[in-house]
Amino acid sequence: MYESLLNFPGAFFGEFERLRRELDDVFGATSVPTSIRSVAPGTFPSINVGNTPESVDVYAFAPGIDASKVDVQIDRGVLSISGERISAVPEGKQGGQVYSRERLSGRFHRAISLPDDADASKVDASYRDGVLHVRVGRRAAPQPQRIAIQ
Amino acid sequence: MNDTNRTHDVATTQARNTAPTDERTMIPRVDVFEDDAGITLLADLPGVPKDRLELKVDGDTLLIEGAIATPTPQDLQSVYAEIRVPRYRRAFVLSRELDPGKIDANLRDGVLNLRIPKQEHAKPRRIEVRAG
Repeated sequence: MYESLLNFPGAFFGEFERLRRELDDVFGATSVPTSIRSVAPGTFPSINVGNTPESVDVYAFAPGIDASKVDVQIDRGVLSISGERISAVPEGKQGGQVYSRERLSGRFHRAISLPDDADASKVDASYRDGVLHVRVGRRAAPQPQRIAIQ
Repeated sequence: MNDTNRTHDVATTQARNTAPTDERTMIPRVDVFEDDAGITLLADLPGVPKDRLELKVDGDTLLIEGAIATPTPQDLQSVYAEIRVPRYRRAFVLSRELDPGKIDANLRDGVLNLRIPKQEHAKPRRIEVRAG
């Protein structure tokens, strides 16, 4: 009888979450080496990276930030994106009741290692619908070089 | 006769193949806060343009659905992805004192700002005490 009272609908999905974690433990992320700069899932902003023959494309899902205040840097092959997001939740008593506060506020920073042929002088960044797109060009593939034997 | 059977089969296998991927969605993160005049809901929906966002009120349920439509180059090959599902979905149950007919929605830089006002009669008011 009490068991039925404790069976929230959420627990059903919680079971899937537990199963997913167990599968991850056996087959997933933990058994494969990850990047030295990798972070826990859900870190702000989420990042997707893609390649084209001419460029490396980094998409940072950073909604609601002031694009002019985001700092994008490339230093020795590491692209770093940092900035700040100001909380929209009113503080203090006049703000009224706050029910959920799930959105990140405060400073954020992410770093991504770029491939060796990324060219730091050919970078282009744009912000649209809350997605920051950084496009880093690639150097032309170097020609093989013949070395003369003395 | 045979032909109709075959098309039916193709349709069902297609439905079976596409159904699981179509069902997968991400849950957007939200801030919800209330003042005397109503409730404000902020939801992070990065990558969702205005025309791919759908807001539905059915009875007392508010449904937020959005699809990511960030333009990408044709020959882009993914090498690393934290966002793997291009769709957001989250539903909320509204309480009775809120007025679903007067919801104001605004989407800017991937943040949805919803303002759900309270019904006129539900707003707090001060009751005068008469001396008598």
